[in-house]
Amino acid sequence: MIKIENLKHYYTDADGNEVKALDGVTLEIKQGEFVAVIGANGSGKSTLARHLNCLLLPTSGRVEVGGKDTLDEKHMWYIRQQVGMVFQNPDNQIVAAIVEEDVAFGPENIGVAGPEIAPRVAKALAAVGMTDYARHAPHLLSGGQKQRVAIAGIMALEPKCIVLDEPTAMLDPQGRKEIVSTVRRLNKEKGITIVYITHYMTEALAADRVVVMEKGHIRFTGTPREVFSRVDELEQLGLEAPLAAKVASELRKSGVKLSENIITDEELAQALCQLH
Amino acid sequence: MMLSDITLGQYFPGNSLVHRLDPRTKILATIIYIIAIFFASAPLSYGILTGFAAVVILISRLPWLLVLKSLKPIWIIVILTMLIHMFTAPGEHIIFTWKFLSVTQEGLDMGLKMAVRLILLLLFSSVLTFTTSPIVLTDGIESLLRPFKRVGVPAHELAMMMTIALRFIPTLLEETDRIMKAQTARGADFSSGNLLERMKNMLPLLVPLFISAFRRADELAVAMEARCYRGGEGRTRMHELAFAAGDYAALTLTVLLAVGLAVLRWGNVCVL
Repeated sequence: MIKIENLKHYYTDADGNEVKALDGVTLEIKQGEFVAVIGANGSGKSTLARHLNCLLLPTSGRVEVGGKDTLDEKHMWYIRQQVGMVFQNPDNQIVAAIVEEDVAFGPENIGVAGPEIAPRVAKALAAVGMTDYARHAPHLLSGGQKQRVAIAGIMALEPKCIVLDEPTAMLDPQGRKEIVSTVRRLNKEKGITIVYITHYMTEALAADRVVVMEKGHIRFTGTPREVFSRVDELEQLGLEAPLAAKVASELRKSGVKLSENIITDEELAQALCQLH
Repeated sequence: MMLSDITLGQYFPGNSLVHRLDPRTKILATIIYIIAIFFASAPLSYGILTGFAAVVILISRLPWLLVLKSLKPIWIIVILTMLIHMFTAPGEHIIFTWKFLSVTQEGLDMGLKMAVRLILLLLFSSVLTFTTSPIVLTDGIESLLRPFKRVGVPAHELAMMMTIALRFIPTLLEETDRIMKAQTARGADFSSGNLLERMKNMLPLLVPLFISAFRRADELAVAMEARCYRGGEGRTRMHELAFAAGDYAALTLTVLLAVGLAVLRWGNVCVL
């Protein structure tokens, strides 16, 4: 689905220094996969995300979406329709003053025939569980609801892949739960490829694969279990492993015999109960 | 003060015949009516115009008090216009003179006519905004401006700007409210002092508000691009506006009104 080869992205900042935001990233994302990207601030996660639908173009290296190079201008609109993007601030990505009008914005842009738009909008709103709010004003919704509307706006474009750039950073715990479960459902039920960029390690647990980034490089990748059991390495990168993994690691260090691959609270509880 | 209490526009939701008309019909009818107002000269014409407006308000089932309230901001202008016309219009039949001021019969007539014209103009156009939500109104304006695209009227861009403004005004009001509270908590004073001082005190409110508005605009532009926005070219609409029988009837009636008034004014001259 998405192929990234030795991607580099340099830019000059306000002080005239060259910043190597991405410095040789190679990654392949398969159709239907749920990939979480984690990393400290400035590790290049957002820059990477913006290369996936032509918002940024590589300085060198290449990004291919569905076999089409993002550098080729004639593929740009196809790629943007295939790869949707949800941003951090839910307020700043909703265009219209009525929810369903906003969801219709994407299909209107790509020239879907008038009568076909309403069913698409209804389907997209149903997919995120916001059907009852179709005629509401977005500014009266909660953060989680706004973010779901933003996801519906992308779903209405019928993309193959959705990239979410820290979608929960500005939400309360309730809103975060809503978004994580919505994204998971879209991945499992609709087969949408998900690239999920986040600060919250617990959210990355839902992914099939976790990519850990540092200073424009991929540091390591693996299943959540593989990645989060490397508690010390994560800490060196300024990341915090899920609490259960951390506790298990500390206990192991002080001599308690616990398995290496405990990452969730339940697993930790179970393992502790089985100790005698 | 809660800034978010301010309601946007003055749309009064309903399902009357007038509410259901196409926005383009309502805009055009309002323009025709305003032109018709300036055709009027004889008292009969004013009677017809007032009657027409009254019937429209009746059909729209708007509360009378609400419609009359829309006159509130302009009553000073109405009275001023009337007075100026009364004292300055030239005429022969002097009613009374006080020092250098004199009121003539012609002046009085003119003043009253002007006042009635202004009131009718405002009443009728407020029916438009009372019965049409700002969003639908925007669609109507875009659609009406589209033919002028060739002469350089950016119809789509104007409509998009209005849509985004409608979307973000509540958000920015909320933000203003929040900044105000934050500043008040740190000792800022927005409610005392004379006008100049108060304006000065608003400065620390406006700076963060503007910065945040620009940041929002920037992020929104990226989000719109990510959703395949590329201007008005090749764009479709979910709800295309469509004229129905009622729209043709309403337009015909308004045109008839204008033609009738024109005949009343100039027709006699030809007959004589």
